[in-house]
Amino acid sequence: MRPFTYQRVATAAEAAAAVAGNPGAKFLAGGTNLLDLMKLEIERPAHLVDVQDIEGLGTIEQAEDGGLRIGALVTNTTLAANERVRRDYGVLTRAIVAGASGQLRNKATTAGNLLQRTRCPYFYDPNLPCNKRNPGSGCAALEGYSRQLAVIGSSDKCIATYPGDMAIAMRVLDATVETVQPDGTTRAIPFAEFHRLPGDEPERDNVLAHGELITAVTLPRPLGGKHFYQKVRDRASYAYALVSVAAVIQPDGTGRVAFGGVAHKPWRVEAAEAALPQGAAAVTAQVFADARPTEHNRFKLPLATRALAGVLAEAKG
Amino acid sequence: MLAGSGAAVALTQAPGVQAQGSSGGAATPPTMPVSFTVNGKEAELTLDTRVTLLDALREHLELTGSKKGCDHGQCGACTVMVNGTRINSCLSLAVQHQGDEITTIEGLGTPDNLHPMQAAFVKHDGYQCGYCTPGQICSAVATLAEIRAGIPSHVQDDITAAPAFSAAELRERMSGNICRCGAYSNIVDAITEVAGA
Ligand SMILES: Cc1cc2nc3c(=O)[nH]c(=O)nc-3n(C[C@H](O)[C@H](O)[C@H](O)COP(=O)(O)OP(=O)(O)OC[C@H]3O[C@@H](n4cnc5c(N)ncnc54)[C@H](O)[C@@H]3O)c2cc1C
Ligand code: SF4
Ligand code: FES
Ligand code: FES
Repeated sequence: MRPFTYQRVATAAEAAAAVAGNPGAKFLAGGTNLLDLMKLEIERPAHLVDVQDIEGLGTIEQAEDGGLRIGALVTNTTLAANERVRRDYGVLTRAIVAGASGQLRNKATTAGNLLQRTRCPYFYDPNLPCNKRNPGSGCAALEGYSRQLAVIGSSDKCIATYPGDMAIAMRVLDATVETVQPDGTTRAIPFAEFHRLPGDEPERDNVLAHGELITAVTLPRPLGGKHFYQKVRDRASYAYALVSVAAVIQPDGTGRVAFGGVAHKPWRVEAAEAALPQGAAAVTAQVFADARPTEHNRFKLPLATRALAGVLAEAKG
Repeated sequence: MLAGSGAAVALTQAPGVQAQGSSGGAATPPTMPVSFTVNGKEAELTLDTRVTLLDALREHLELTGSKKGCDHGQCGACTVMVNGTRINSCLSLAVQHQGDEITTIEGLGTPDNLHPMQAAFVKHDGYQCGYCTPGQICSAVATLAEIRAGIPSHVQDDITAAPAFSAAELRERMSGNICRCGAYSNIVDAITEVAGA
């Protein structure tokens, strides 16, 4: 790990200014992703701004419009266990408890979870080229073993996936990410626009500016319906998704669905949701119409259809 | 695969030792004072900011019960409780824990006065080599507390209901603790006895 200086801050504005004014600085929340990457020297911040003491970022509150406001520092465990979340936003609890381990969820924060970096094996291997880790160096995954990687929305520069679970549920719920920008002003980013596709700049996972601090994630009013998070992985627990399905299905068979493990961001095609009453294959035919799988990860396409079919069968039951 | 070749790379670097050629010269790496309570005793240290909670416990406080398996959050051997909550101490900086109350395996019980979970692991042979055991036991104590506190899990059918104790719940909730010796079934027996289920 490279040496770094460390600072604690009391307010969101102070945190944003401290990182914005220092190109080598990064926010530190739970540390479960950042410290992991710092040990491998994939992340090399010269200064860490620990946000754990910031007032008002650690609570879950009712929002004025009947929705929910989740502070950026709320841990995964606290969020998953929240009574309102379990009752009204079950897909979110389901997605969180499908991820990582008990120990990690106790430490992981809402903002840190959204910003976790890819698990592409080549991103983790400093001996190999990776445009995300080292822009312009090439992509070892294109000619490599790409079983875990993206089947859609990828570019010739990067075929990595966004690895997280919680964000797939937030996409289905149409959440909003609230931030404080370096100049002190705030902005609200619709979830669909928060994570990026790799395009020509795979080093940019999302639309945040350097020094822009996430303060909260807000959820709109509850949708009702049945909530599902179906995660398909290589072992029953403590493994990343090969494919995951977050869905909210209404009694009449209409609903919403987003997929994880398939793209550089939570993958949702709203127009395809009209086909939900016709069954899984009708939906995934549209959702994955532009898929560009590799020979190693082609299996994810039928897997996504079957995972959704399982959800729809359960919704009827 | 969780994180590619992560663990192998990290373990080539001794804890607290500066990565070779990475600091750009002879500049001394930044240090900071930090104080917290470990097993009821105050600890005051001045540490390189890079020192993890695990290395602070093992290398600076000589509490070597907590183990380093992977150093990357993948095995659970380093599990300790911070303010009553279990975490992986390898993925936390010591300086993040100013003022915290930390409990390690050494704080749960002593050889003469075992914690019930320690006694149950002995009785049920919940280990072979024992390397994962301190983490398993800390995690097991915290797991029972999490079930009692109503924290939901992936294997619950009804996510709005209070979780019940079962072997399936245990396997899921303890999945962050890997045992290379495969003592899992005896570990489940030990925890089940303490849970009184
Ligand atoms: C072994 C292992 C298995 C895992 N399995 C899963 C899994 O199955 N599913 C899953 O979803 N996740 C999984 N994870 C990832 C885990 O969920 C993340 O590490 C965790 O959520 C990150 O949260 P954190 O608070 O620790 O983030 P940190 O590591 O503190 O931060 C992550 C990033 O976010 C930035 N950041 C933090 N807070 C803010 C803020 N408020 N505003 C702006 N930027 C901020 C930091 O600068 C950093 O770049 C796993 C992790 C490990 C180690
Ligand atoms: S897929 Fe993306 S993250 Fe993986 S090696 Fe290629 S550029 Fe790097
Ligand atoms: S040493 Fe493996 S999880 Fe910490
Ligand atoms: S007893 Fe050897 S690793 Fe668990």
